Amino acid sequence: MATVGINNVRKAFGATQILHGVSVDIADGEFVVLVGPSGCGKSTLLRMLAGLENITAGEISISGRVVNNVAPKDRDIAMVFQNYALYPHMTVRDNMAFSMMLAGAPKEVIDAEVGKAAGILGLGELLHRYPRQLSGGQRQRVAMGRAIVRQPQVFLFDEPLSNLDAKLRVQMRAEIKELHQRLKVTTVYVTHDQIEAMTMADKIVVMNGGNIEQIGAPLELYDRPANLFVAGFIGSPAMNLLKGTPTSGGFETEGGAVLPMPAGVQGTPGWYGVRPEHFLLQPEGGIPAVVVLVEPTGSETQVLVRIGDSTLTCAFRERISAGPGDVISIAPDLALVHLFDAGSGRRLSA
Amino acid sequence: MTEAAPMVAQSNSATAQPEAMTWDSKQRRVVMLYVPLACFVLILLFPFYWMAITAFKPNAELYDYNTYNPFWIGSPTLDHLKHLLFGTAYPRWLLTTMGVAVASTFISLFASTLAAYAIQRLRFKGSQYVGLGIYLAYLVPPSILFIPLATIVYQLGLFDTPFALILTFPTFLIPFCTWLLIGYFKSIPYELEECALIDGATRLQILRRITLPLAVPGLISAGIFSFTLSWNEFIYSLAFIQSSEKKTVPVAILTELVTGDVYQWGALMAGSLLGSLPVAIFYSFFVDYYVSSLTGAVKE
Repeated sequence: MATVGINNVRKAFGATQILHGVSVDIADGEFVVLVGPSGCGKSTLLRMLAGLENITAGEISISGRVVNNVAPKDRDIAMVFQNYALYPHMTVRDNMAFSMMLAGAPKEVIDAEVGKAAGILGLGELLHRYPRQLSGGQRQRVAMGRAIVRQPQVFLFDEPLSNLDAKLRVQMRAEIKELHQRLKVTTVYVTHDQIEAMTMADKIVVMNGGNIEQIGAPLELYDRPANLFVAGFIGSPAMNLLKGTPTSGGFETEGGAVLPMPAGVQGTPGWYGVRPEHFLLQPEGGIPAVVVLVEPTGSETQVLVRIGDSTLTCAFRERISAGPGDVISIAPDLALVHLFDAGSGRRLSA
Repeated sequence: MTEAAPMVAQSNSATAQPEAMTWDSKQRRVVMLYVPLACFVLILLFPFYWMAITAFKPNAELYDYNTYNPFWIGSPTLDHLKHLLFGTAYPRWLLTTMGVAVASTFISLFASTLAAYAIQRLRFKGSQYVGLGIYLAYLVPPSILFIPLATIVYQLGLFDTPFALILTFPTFLIPFCTWLLIGYFKSIPYELEECALIDGATRLQILRRITLPLAVPGLISAGIFSFTLSWNEFIYSLAFIQSSEKKTVPVAILTELVTGDVYQWGALMAGSLLGSLPVAIFYSFFVDYYVSSLTGAVKE
């Protein structure tokens, strides 16, 4: 087990800058998720950590040892690839044993280690099959088994669930998290799915355009997004972000809606953010909103409403009887409203 | 494909398109498929048929088409075959050809595997241009190349030895095989190699234990191509070998079985027939790999 230090790391392919100096400190045993839209540089950063890409500038260290010029095999890491990268011409056992065979481990040791990993992942019955004879979930498990067998200091996952169907993804998500809790190995996990990031991570690193937007625990990012990008990226359904200007009566959006302002805001907000679930049904003194669409999910009801020309998404725990065209009275929970600077998009603290 | 086609036609016919029935009718299939196919097969196989019957025809039938049916054998004979095998150095020619073809195929496969892997996977500076250069080398016709090569062969003291051929055939085999293998290596997912790199394999171990086992169909088709091209090669074999007993089959049957202006047709055809058998047998063993390497990629 190990700490990982990423210090002002840059990456350029020719003249194209991919990473503009990112720094992350990962504690021993921590589960860190790198999340961001495609092309944000998260996979490149992971590949640099694995030693599959050169580091243009900066420093990466594992357990305090700078590994910039250390070969992938000497970094004591194991990686699970998006398409699993199982060797098609080898059985499950040989796939899992490959690294140990290369290291010249005795057969008994290999068998014991492979057996142990297969036991953890429930692969015992499949050891003599070939990858083509396995289902997607089983292949995923073999890929993880191959990583476990190496007993690495750091696990690296590169979007490992994106080739699975929705149901299996949820199941494998839980399995990976449970595995991490059992093995307590430092893990760096890349995904573009913010739900995966929220549910699995001890710490999330939100990346965008080769920069880090925010680093924090999942709920910290959810409750106090540092800027407009994180506010819009984390959370599903996404936060309502409305552009406008503060007036004497409250915050007037470009769409003409006037929303109440929290007290004691420093600076001049240009954006007003409310999460859908932080709208309350308030018959007395609320803002009248026209219902556009009602989507009951069972546990909650998502309602698309229009105030002036602004369209907002609300999510209510209560059952709603209103239908499209009806007017309901809503109000944002002022303690949970987020305000962002007009120019920089940074969060303004209340 | 052939199974799916009638099903499609039937389902079309069910959806109120009665004329669709005629599309796949028996007559139509005969006209559109079997007749053209039969013509193709006939044209393709006729030279082999002619070769085979000529090899077993007595000279009397061979030179008198007015009395005898040119397309059939009246009284088959093994005289030509006997003359070929016992009256000439044919077995020796066959052995030489086989040795040269096998050796130059192995040399070419070895060199082009390393070249293709380096160009496709190591991506060193200028690898693209090296790849292009190798391809351009393939475009230089042997009829131009054999003159400078002859000088080199002579200076190395290899003239009139099988090594003259074993070492010059790769000049056209390596470019071809390299390009074929570059294409095949490209179809093997790069993540497999990255994964092996993390697993602790060296580049050579990756090549030997991951890439090559997955590239077997590509290697086989490169091998078949090389073997066939070497087997049939004519101009270098004609230029670099002088002694009658050291010749390869294609050159020997032309130079040794045509005496003056007399063509020993029976022996010529028997020689060609025997000479084409090894290649045909070779193909028949590996036809599946050959097809898959030209049409498919690596499946996980």
